[in-house]
Amino acid sequence: MSILVLAEHNNNDIKPATLNTISAASQIEQEIDVLVTGFQCEELAKKIAKCEKVSKVIFVDNEKLKNPIAENIEPIVLSVAEKYSHIMAPATTFGKNIFPRIAVKLDLAQISDVIKIISNDTFMRPIYAGNAIATVKSNDKTKIITIRPTSFDPVETSGGSDVVENLEFETENNSVEFIDREESQSERPELSTARVVISGGRGLQSAENFKLLNEIADKLNAAVGASRAAVDAGYVSNDYQVGQTGKVVVPDLYIAVGISGAIQHLAGMKESKVIVAINKDEEAPIFNIADYGLNADLFEALPQLSSELDKLNTIQQ
Amino acid sequence: MKLLVTVKRVIDYNVQIRVKPDGSGVEKDNVKMSMNPPDENAVEEALRIKESGKADEIIVLSIGGDKAQETIRTALAMGADRGIHIKTDNELEPLAISKIISKIAEEEKPSIILMGKQAIDDDSNQTGQMTSALLNWPQATFASKIEIEDKSATITREIDEGLERIKVNIPFVASCDLRLNEPRYASLPNIMKAKKKPIDIKDANSLGIDISSRTEQLKVEEPPVRQKGIMVNDVSELVQKLKHEAKVI
Repeated sequence: MSILVLAEHNNNDIKPATLNTISAASQIEQEIDVLVTGFQCEELAKKIAKCEKVSKVIFVDNEKLKNPIAENIEPIVLSVAEKYSHIMAPATTFGKNIFPRIAVKLDLAQISDVIKIISNDTFMRPIYAGNAIATVKSNDKTKIITIRPTSFDPVETSGGSDVVENLEFETENNSVEFIDREESQSERPELSTARVVISGGRGLQSAENFKLLNEIADKLNAAVGASRAAVDAGYVSNDYQVGQTGKVVVPDLYIAVGISGAIQHLAGMKESKVIVAINKDEEAPIFNIADYGLNADLFEALPQLSSELDKLNTIQQ
Repeated sequence: MKLLVTVKRVIDYNVQIRVKPDGSGVEKDNVKMSMNPPDENAVEEALRIKESGKADEIIVLSIGGDKAQETIRTALAMGADRGIHIKTDNELEPLAISKIISKIAEEEKPSIILMGKQAIDDDSNQTGQMTSALLNWPQATFASKIEIEDKSATITREIDEGLERIKVNIPFVASCDLRLNEPRYASLPNIMKAKKKPIDIKDANSLGIDISSRTEQLKVEEPPVRQKGIMVNDVSELVQKLKHEAKVI
């Protein structure tokens, strides 16, 4: 049997989480088909077929697939589902939105947010915001799985089969209509894959003060994140949120500024390789998991950090 | 218009959970329990829709052991009209839960089903989408804004890239995000009033639905413990450590 991976993309570029998902699939089976559903994105389908471990791309091109409406993608996956032992997608808002529909229509359980593959039917996944790890065995004939992207290294974007197979599919759903998307534009690296992340919490006190983080982010080529408290307070938009119901990040360096360290925030960042916490409250729980803690007022520490990084860069040049 | 809201009783979000030493699960005895946080947003949104005059009845559904009724009472105290308790002592999977919710929806015929986007215990994030698919109603997941029109609703959804807006026909299933609204607290008189509101109790096994488990939880364990690090005295020491010790900048 082979594995089907549903690709996440924006009609131009493949989302990195898809590459992590293909990599996870390759731990079980070497025959991996990738389903690409989109509109006028033949070039993208070809690019995905070139990715390492990809046996073939099944490509459905249809105007109704320009935006990833769950109700439109679901029947396409169902139409090819019976050929596969496992059907996988990244555990991003894209995959989370679509996959439970596929599971229920096939009368199968879904295993969400897999962080480790033990065997072809047994998987590890975090529960309780990552405060416990469950090992789960599926007794279903087909395994419906979403993969936590940060837990698997991505495959290379070359070395694949280069085979694209076109599939005609007419979607009939008219009960949902896409209106628009408001995507944050940033020159900085993407939060979920950045090597360095600097995040701000309620301690930043305003949207304006997030500029202090932006300045340092630019010097470290870092992405900027935020705690739920900072997003709830309106300092930054929801796509910045790191945590149980936001994004999970595993950077080499995570700098938490003015973040106390609520359980739901730690769920999104505690696997980071090195954690720095800057907080004026010496009792803040974030210090319990930080490799380097600095008990200081962030409004003094951040400008100092900025000038120290300048010094470092001058020495390096 | 009738609204159906689903609520789950979970370990309170402030509790630091403990894994049982035998690896069979998480300690739930003598632990503070409360309503799953995004379910509170679902209840609040239902109340606001009713208060705007667009709905006339709010039904609260919970599936679980006897104490699930406490969670239903909480929603009734917030302002919901009546409860349905589907009783089971087993931990049901989202697949089974969505079958039960669909069955209740077919009986009650609500125009909108509101639920939390995710339960903070199993973190599955499946039930809303599954219910939508079973009923063949459109889904509006991760909703941070719900605007009800005549025969449809405009939903703002929180996605990884930012925000997305979709228009869905009524009836639909919404899974609510934490930023949808600020849930109210129940006032004392309303808590008293809620005690008199009806809760219909049914056994899960009496519904004629297959609610068997498809997965086995083999083991639950603690995640690896992170070593506590050191405190630095100032920013320059921090930068030196990051450069020469951790070698990450």
